[in-house]
Amino acid sequence: MTVSYEEALQKYEPVFGLETHVELGTRTKMFCGCITTFGAEPNTHTCPVCLGLPGSLPVINERAIEYTIRIGLALNCSIASWCRFARKNYFYPDMPKNFQISQYDEPLCTDGYLDVAIGGKTVRVGIERVHMEEDTGKSLHVGGATGRIQGAEYSLVDYNRAGIPLVEIVTKPVPGTGFLAPEVARAYVTELRDVLRTLGVSDVRMEEGSLRCDVNTSITLAGSGVWGTRTETKNVNSLRSVERAVRSEVARQAEVLDSGNRVIQETRHFHEDSGVTTSGRSKEEAQDYRYFPEPDLVPVAPASDWVEEIGKTLPELPSARRARLIESWSLSELEFEALRNAGALDAVEATVAAGASPADARKWWLGELARRANDAGIEVAELAITPADVARLSALVAAGTLNDRLARQVIEAVLDGEGTPDEVVAARGLAVVSDDSALTGAIDEAIAANPDVAARIRGGKPQAVGVLVGAVMKATRGQADAARVKDLILERLA
Amino acid sequence: MPITRDEVAHLARLSRLALSDEELDHLAPQLDQIISSVAQVQEVAADGIPPTTHATGLTNIYRADDPVPCLTPEEALSGAPAVELQRFKVPRILVEE
Amino acid sequence: MNELTKKTAAELAAAIAAGEASATEVTRAHLDRIGAVDGAVKAFLHVAAEDALAQAREVDRKRAAGEPLGALAGVPVAVKDLFTTVGMPTTCGSKILEGWVPPYDATITKRLRGADAVLIGKTNMDEFAMGSSTENSGFWTSHNPWDLTKVPGGSSGGSAAAVAAYETPLALGTDTGGSIRQPAAVCGIVGTKPTYGGNSRYGVVAFASSLDTPGPFGRTVLDAALLHEVMSGHDPMDSTSIDAPVPPVVEAARHGDVAGLRIGIVSEFSGDGYQPGVMSRFTEAVELLESLGAKVTEISCPHFKYALPAYYLIAPSEVSSNLARFDGMRYGLRVGGGSAEEVMAASREAGFGAEVKRRIMLGTYALSSGYYDAYYGKAQQVRTLIIRDFDNAFSQVDVLISPPTPTTAFDIGERADDPMAMYLADLCTIPSNLAGNAAISVPIGLAPEDGLPVGLQVMAPPLADDRLYRVAAAVEAAFENRWGHPLLTEAKGLS
Repeated sequence: MTVSYEEALQKYEPVFGLETHVELGTRTKMFCGCITTFGAEPNTHTCPVCLGLPGSLPVINERAIEYTIRIGLALNCSIASWCRFARKNYFYPDMPKNFQISQYDEPLCTDGYLDVAIGGKTVRVGIERVHMEEDTGKSLHVGGATGRIQGAEYSLVDYNRAGIPLVEIVTKPVPGTGFLAPEVARAYVTELRDVLRTLGVSDVRMEEGSLRCDVNTSITLAGSGVWGTRTETKNVNSLRSVERAVRSEVARQAEVLDSGNRVIQETRHFHEDSGVTTSGRSKEEAQDYRYFPEPDLVPVAPASDWVEEIGKTLPELPSARRARLIESWSLSELEFEALRNAGALDAVEATVAAGASPADARKWWLGELARRANDAGIEVAELAITPADVARLSALVAAGTLNDRLARQVIEAVLDGEGTPDEVVAARGLAVVSDDSALTGAIDEAIAANPDVAARIRGGKPQAVGVLVGAVMKATRGQADAARVKDLILERLA
Repeated sequence: MPITRDEVAHLARLSRLALSDEELDHLAPQLDQIISSVAQVQEVAADGIPPTTHATGLTNIYRADDPVPCLTPEEALSGAPAVELQRFKVPRILVEE
Repeated sequence: MNELTKKTAAELAAAIAAGEASATEVTRAHLDRIGAVDGAVKAFLHVAAEDALAQAREVDRKRAAGEPLGALAGVPVAVKDLFTTVGMPTTCGSKILEGWVPPYDATITKRLRGADAVLIGKTNMDEFAMGSSTENSGFWTSHNPWDLTKVPGGSSGGSAAAVAAYETPLALGTDTGGSIRQPAAVCGIVGTKPTYGGNSRYGVVAFASSLDTPGPFGRTVLDAALLHEVMSGHDPMDSTSIDAPVPPVVEAARHGDVAGLRIGIVSEFSGDGYQPGVMSRFTEAVELLESLGAKVTEISCPHFKYALPAYYLIAPSEVSSNLARFDGMRYGLRVGGGSAEEVMAASREAGFGAEVKRRIMLGTYALSSGYYDAYYGKAQQVRTLIIRDFDNAFSQVDVLISPPTPTTAFDIGERADDPMAMYLADLCTIPSNLAGNAAISVPIGLAPEDGLPVGLQVMAPPLADDRLYRVAAAVEAAFENRWGHPLLTEAKGLS
């Protein structure tokens, strides 16, 4: 018997929490001067410190502190006036010192929130803490069937990633979202990702591992007020997986409880292909990390004027920007979401700044340009056309120099690298023929070639003009203003 | 409070020390004796006394986010018991973290 | 023994700089001495003969070419095997690192190279600096040059023995609970624990991170000061190092003087467990200081009696974590087959000695959830109280004095498997480590009952290292005046 998510929600209320690890985009690592660029040859970005060689000592990267404070302020947290790093002790081959320098009971940022817009409502997700730690090395597991640890014969470890600054953002448990829990979880990660990208502190690519999520899920009997046992789900590598992980875990836990069993507190592994979680390590015997303050580092006590300065230089956050654009462009929430999901916000805003109307800018970026980007498999922002170009295009159409069809030809030419819209129009002679007299010849020919149509029009059936308009457009290779042509023909045959 | 041989065996496991039975027999009573002795610190009245983790009183020691030359891979791997594909080759890991 | 090996570092540096002796002949003389006596003393784990001669030849070349020479140009220095040295093995006295050659130099190693010193070899030590006799070395025990059946102290016993045996004029050690001062005392030489943070721990393999302090050994106060000055100073690679000028220790060593100085005797450091000969020599030293114009009083530091248990909670806790990296995965000994977990445990079992295992388990215990507050947490509170005792004492006196260790050198084997007895050697030295103070041991004579060296410990507040040398130099001069010769010349075994 499998309980579906819908069935589970009839009896239970989901509660979820998220622990998100973010790799900071600093140039160097958290505690040493090794560079952090992704994808280098193995073990080419290491030094005695990040390799944990005997005798090595850590020194804190100041920019990492700054970035973490930035994140904390953007998430409305309190910034500690004094805190320390701590050692988290456990043995594992991808950790060179067999302890991780992290923060334990003195995180740099605490007690904040992030508002998430979903289905027209706002859910306030509480942020428990934001703290700093160092990333581990990466292992290749060799010999097993799937490349995973189970069944591997041995592992090959690369420490390039060891020591890269990580920020861990932990939410408070989020109850009360009911049926929408999976969507809210996904929306939170999406919004968080946007905040982090806006802050410029990380490139937040889930597929590259610079943004990693662990999802905590529990269910409680509706109205009981008793919180359930929670599980932790790892290997959640995309936004969609966040949503699916919550959904499947809620359903699974409901089935466990319905069968009269209890939910075991454990770590589970999410499977992309099947969308379900399987049991990993049991957390019943919770590992004792024997945390103690890191003796090789001295306390971090950020000066209040430094924190204030960072606060003043924060960029406009996504929620503020959303409110501003919805208002100034008179958009609905859905229209805004469409823009945001297409990745076109920046482009549209820049196009408006370059002189286009919001409606026009949206039309081009969400329409023709989004289609072309999709076809090419790239982001809208990566197209070889600038917002200034689009604004110019829009102006040319408004002035009657181009019609929509011609404008699309110009777009194609610009994308092909033929130059700016004006250059393309000049080079190809694409301007709409605006001189009526230039059209006379084509109009006469069309009338002559279609006498019966002309007769019908004279006889009081102006709707038939379409054929003649088409003929003129064809003769002028589309470089006529169709509406004007129509008017001219009707005048002639009046 | 005395520490039992089993507890010492547990500590050995936590510390990744594969002690032999003979060693355990030998070390356990010594540890017991030492722990009883260091427990003296509990006699000290220390309510409201802040702990000292760093004697120097220093704070905010940082470095700038500027790159420094790394070790070459040969140097990094120079002490490694086993190497493959320019990586540290380690035996199969049983429990995933 | 060659005349050159009898000279002090100060004399050798001057002679080499003046061209009166070549660095090569100085190094050769010391290598010969090592060859002659180290079979019995066993101070060295690695003698870098070829390397040292090459370094010496380079100094001679520079001198001949008129290039500027560093402050210790051509002077041999032995390095405790806890400091990383490119091209020389660094074992930390442990089988787990047997044969490991580091790819980087400790900052202090670099500073010595920069001063043109000749790094003559790596000395024996208690494994990972845990011990008071070198008997915990994974390789062999070193012998006290005064009496080869006795220990040279520890953990820097090899360095102390090498200096006392005239195998080298200078040596590096580290002091975490007394590991420079106690060997200096029992070997009849000078050894200093500088202010914690006064010199760099980068490249010094960590034992107890908040306590470890690299420091100098010399046969004279001035020699120790010369090495102290060269090795010290802020290091941006060490977050716990202090950004302040090195106290003027050489200046102080040249101008020993205690007139008008307020000196406090720590009243807790006497009584049961203190060898009578040690105490009688101490009393004489007090009288000497008074005769030189010092004002000596007694000061009680009531929490000092908890220093030993606090230390044996803090140090093992930190080391249990610091030594976790030795697992056979990236360097060092790897034994056994099976999973990574099994290989780690087997390698550590085979590579670590008993004392290291004891302290790792003790530290794991003290940091465990449920025990942390009562053990590690409490110990850190005791640490605060000890610092307050020092602050109170130093508000009344300029320096504190005590014996450095309760007894003279004990027999090899006597305490080897009695950890509690072994720990007692650190009674007097530990408080300074917990507080981060500066402290020195200077020879003050031989114990009448066994003819073995006794030292005087002087303690000063952090960054007042020069005060130590001012007092030690005065004591040294006065005693040598009284004896007519340096103490070491009385050592029978050394000729």
